[in-house]
Amino acid sequence: MAHSAAAPAEQYNYDIVRKFTIMAMVWGVLGMSAGLYAASELAWPFLNFDIPQITFGRLRPVHTTLVIFGFGGCALFATSYYVVQRTCQARLPSNVLADFTFYGWNVGVLLGVLSYMAGFSQGKEYAEFEWPLDLAIVAVWVVYFYNFVSVIVRRSQPHIYVANWFYLAFILATAILHIFNNISVPVSLTKSYSMYAGVQDAMTQWWYGHNAVGFFLTAAFLGMMYYFVPKQAGRPVYSYRLSIIHFWALIFLYMWVGAHHLHWTALPDWVSTLSATFSVLLLLPSWGGMINGIMTLSGAWDKLRSDPIMLFLITSMSFYGMSTFEGPLMSLKSVNALSHYTDWTIGHVHSGALGWVALVSFGSFYHLFPRLYDTRIHSTKLIYVHFWLATVGIVLYITSMWVAGIGQGLMLRGFDDYGNLAYSFIETVEFLHKPYVWRAIGGAFFVAGILLMAYNLVMTALDARRERSKLEAKLAAKLART
Amino acid sequence: MRHEHIEVNSGLMIALVLAVISIGGLVEIVPLYFINDTVEKVDGVRPYTPLELRGRDIYVREGCFLCHSQMIRPFRDEWLRYGHYSLAAESKYDHPFQWGSKRTGPDLARVGNKFSNQWHVQHLVKPTSVVPESIMPNYPWLLDTELDYTDVADRMKALRYTGVPYSLTQAEYEKNVKDFGKVVADQLDISQAKDNLMKQARTFNYDGLPDRVTEMEALVAYLQVLGTMVDFSKYDEGYFANFR
Repeated sequence: MAHSAAAPAEQYNYDIVRKFTIMAMVWGVLGMSAGLYAASELAWPFLNFDIPQITFGRLRPVHTTLVIFGFGGCALFATSYYVVQRTCQARLPSNVLADFTFYGWNVGVLLGVLSYMAGFSQGKEYAEFEWPLDLAIVAVWVVYFYNFVSVIVRRSQPHIYVANWFYLAFILATAILHIFNNISVPVSLTKSYSMYAGVQDAMTQWWYGHNAVGFFLTAAFLGMMYYFVPKQAGRPVYSYRLSIIHFWALIFLYMWVGAHHLHWTALPDWVSTLSATFSVLLLLPSWGGMINGIMTLSGAWDKLRSDPIMLFLITSMSFYGMSTFEGPLMSLKSVNALSHYTDWTIGHVHSGALGWVALVSFGSFYHLFPRLYDTRIHSTKLIYVHFWLATVGIVLYITSMWVAGIGQGLMLRGFDDYGNLAYSFIETVEFLHKPYVWRAIGGAFFVAGILLMAYNLVMTALDARRERSKLEAKLAAKLART
Repeated sequence: MRHEHIEVNSGLMIALVLAVISIGGLVEIVPLYFINDTVEKVDGVRPYTPLELRGRDIYVREGCFLCHSQMIRPFRDEWLRYGHYSLAAESKYDHPFQWGSKRTGPDLARVGNKFSNQWHVQHLVKPTSVVPESIMPNYPWLLDTELDYTDVADRMKALRYTGVPYSLTQAEYEKNVKDFGKVVADQLDISQAKDNLMKQARTFNYDGLPDRVTEMEALVAYLQVLGTMVDFSKYDEGYFANFR
């Protein structure tokens, strides 16, 4: 996969990659801002303003949908289309079908968040879309699968590159999860009831929910890592064998662990124990992947000093390693007894979502974007500033959530000398105020970072246009002279 | 088989990926439908009345479950704070389940009958008026909005399709009489849904507005039934532990 910047532009469909990259940034800015606002509502409740559409209960799914499916989804569409075309040296089969996934996905996300604000929700976390949107997503996904596999089938290399294994597993798993978790009986266009109830519904939901993390937010972004880290480092992937083992182990084990969201509930104990066991096992392939990514830099460590994109990529893998250590820890029943229902979970999710998913996407975009426009990044200095804003933001976010979660967990189980509860619930809510303020500040840092990035990318695109028109003017002048 | 065979064959790779990712879900989810102990047998658990059902829909619409769980765990502090730990049977008619994953506010699995209707109304309109430190949003529009119950029968029909024993036929009604008693069976009769809803609203007047049926009415009716269906005094202490 030699880098061939000189290849003719029409060799691959870069237009679709550009479009998805831009929408990823748009949803990223909107979704992270919505998250910042929701976090501020918890710190300063007057921000709900008695407006139904923006109360916390309706805004929270807007935030999660925009960042997971809007930002994350578009980032995955963009990079998977880019990576699969380049590593297979084959073009996407049809511009129309590529555009279908683009418009279908983005209109779906937009209608989805508007419908939550209007009060239409299936009432299952990360699966709030009502049934007509669920069906539309299936249609988009089938076409996506067709597009992706068509490129692989027409590859001019005998081997399918490792990044594509991960993207492929993500596409297949997401289809299965989405379909089975969303089976419901419609009442009207805007209301349906889940086909499952109680225990079975809970198990299906968290099988879905945790694998939205496992495949959407992990396996697919590992695909991103396996392409962009070696490219940016200019080194081959550290270990081919490790990538084989960690791929199969990761996709096998992830599917077992969802029930660790249901420890100590009415879910039968055997499922809960099984899921905790597999959660601990999952540490091995997770760290296998992290080591494979980080060690790819061996022999080129100096790039950490000179290349801010490398900083993003390496830091993202460090956060990946950290949150995949924290996850198994929290899946132990004794730890979960304290952590469950508290902000520790929220902090854990964000160390993964901001630290791993967002940072690896940012790094990949900084690599990708100038190439899409055949130019250089507008400002390398701003990438450094973005990196530090993002990193400081994440650290503030997760430390304040550790304080909030562990603090509240300990208060809730505190007893006085007479065996009575030491704190009422509302006393723990008062305690949460300061961590919530710090969390919002951390979130503000992170949002500031992505705004800076958006500015940098817009300027890069404008630079490219200016360069092109300058070039064209020069050519025209030359032609006029002859 | 060498891994190389998989890497050069996209069809084989797709098939193997599908096989590998299917196992976990199959092993953990499918048995839940066949192992009888998964949902223990308890008396008292019944489907929601039409008014409670509409209240539950509003609970889902507003995303209450994002801050309030409905799942009490078997710990001493939770027992003291909320009551007996939740049973699987208590959510067996919940489509979707609303166990929640976060307690920014307290658990609500047994909130029913703990506060008066007036308290709930005042609390929902402005939580800080009864709990000054509360960070819960105000929900004043629930009291201003008339409850739309035109399609309540359709909602019950959809739930009937998922397996909730709302009755359409005489045979189903009679089975409900046998299972739940006549009073409850009447409430589960889809053909009487609107009358039942109006009657319950008029009798209990949850929202304190005698001549109106508001969204508040339905939501409070739902909150007041949460966790009240099972009479725990009828069971020995260790009874439910056998099902874990």
